Order: sequence, then C-alpha cells, then structure tokens
Amino acid sequence: MNVDKELDARGLNCPLPILRVKKTLAEMSGGQVLKVVATDSGSVKDFQAFCRQTGNELLDSSEGNGEYTFFMKKKV
Amino acid sequence: MAKKLAIIASKGTLDWAYPPFILASTAAALDYEVQIFFTFYGLTLLKKEIDAQISPLGNPAMPMPVPMPNLVQMLPGMESMATMMMKQKMKDKGVASLPELRDLCQEAGVKMIACQMTVDLFDFKKEDFIEGIEYGGAATFFEFAGEADVSLFI
Repeated sequence: MNVDKELDARGLNCPLPILRVKKTLAEMSGGQVLKVVATDSGSVKDFQAFCRQTGNELLDSSEGNGEYTFFMKKKV
Repeated sequence: MAKKLAIIASKGTLDWAYPPFILASTAAALDYEVQIFFTFYGLTLLKKEIDAQISPLGNPAMPMPVPMPNLVQMLPGMESMATMMMKQKMKDKGVASLPELRDLCQEAGVKMIACQMTVDLFDFKKEDFIEGIEYGGAATFFEFAGEADVSLFI
C-alpha cells in the first residue's frame, strides 16, 4: 500500500493513539494515507469509531505479534 | 455544525481527574466543541502544578497488591505511597500524565472555565492557575451546556 506518512503509537494507551493520529492527520492533505502501529488492544475498536465519526477512511487493520497496524486515508 | 460536549469536573483526586481530560481531549479529536467547568475540588486540576493524590481509604474497589484493612490504610504516608504506586503503574502502561492530557486539551481548543464562586471560597489566586482559562458561574456553564449534545457531571 502506498503510505504517505507513518506514526509509531506503540506503548501509548488510550486516548493518546487517537490524539496522535488526529494531530498527524491535520498535517497531511486530503487523500493521503497514514500508517499507524499501536500496541493498545483497545485501539482496534477506537480507530474504527474515530474514522466513522470523522469521515476519514480506515483502509485496513491487522494484528500480529501484539502489534496493531492501521492504514487510514484522510478525508478529502 | 460541530457537536458539543459539556463537562463539569468536580473532583480533584488522581483517579477522578482522568475522565474529564480523557473525554475532553478525545471529543476534541472527534471534532466536538468542548467546555469543562471546574468546580469545588475539580478546581485544583487547573493549578499550575497538579498535586492530585489517590487514597485507598474508603475505596474497597481499588486493586491492591495485598489486601489491606482500613486501619492500615489510614497510617501516615499510605496516601503518598498509593499515589506513587499508581503513577508508576500508569507510566509503565503508557497512560498519559495529567499535565500532558491537560496540555493536549488546551492545544485542541478545549475551553476551561474555573468556577468563580469556588475560587473565592477556597481563597485561590488567579496566579495559581494556568493561563488560557476563563472564570464564570453556573449561568456561564448553561450558556454552553444548554446547546450541548452530551453533558457529563464528573
């Protein structure tokens, strides 16, 4: 996947991953893709909810080795 | 139009200090317009140095490493020990500190209002508090809360 920016949110707990994502998305332009890696297991549901409420698109989310990876497309 | 969240923060212990700041910062990230009205003990959360403590006394639900009767918990130093342990645990688990969360709230445009009556009641001084806050009373809170989609008393 074509990634424009990456965010390392490992070791952070609620609500910090969401706040970091919000801040990072604000520095990006519409249509760009952000990759996020987190270790907070609550972030899976939280990122889905975040995207539904803000209109950004959650392209993919996956889990492996206790890490959660998300790809988000900033709303245009 | 943006959704609105109105919170009253009325408690000043370490555990109760978290929900207002966590919910306010998250709501702001979800594009809510947010106001927190700090009253009574909640007002101490607006001080430049947040000195929030946690007490195991009278809190049977608090997880303890070993079971501890109230009689032991009331000994001098137990409160600061419990506070130290809780802060360390939070740090280990990647939970943000209160000053950090409060800064994030301010950066995100969360409006913080100090209850003027309580400021007078406790003889607090404006210079004790952080910059960028406002002072007001119940009517000030309702001006915003009356239009809010979510209102919480914490």
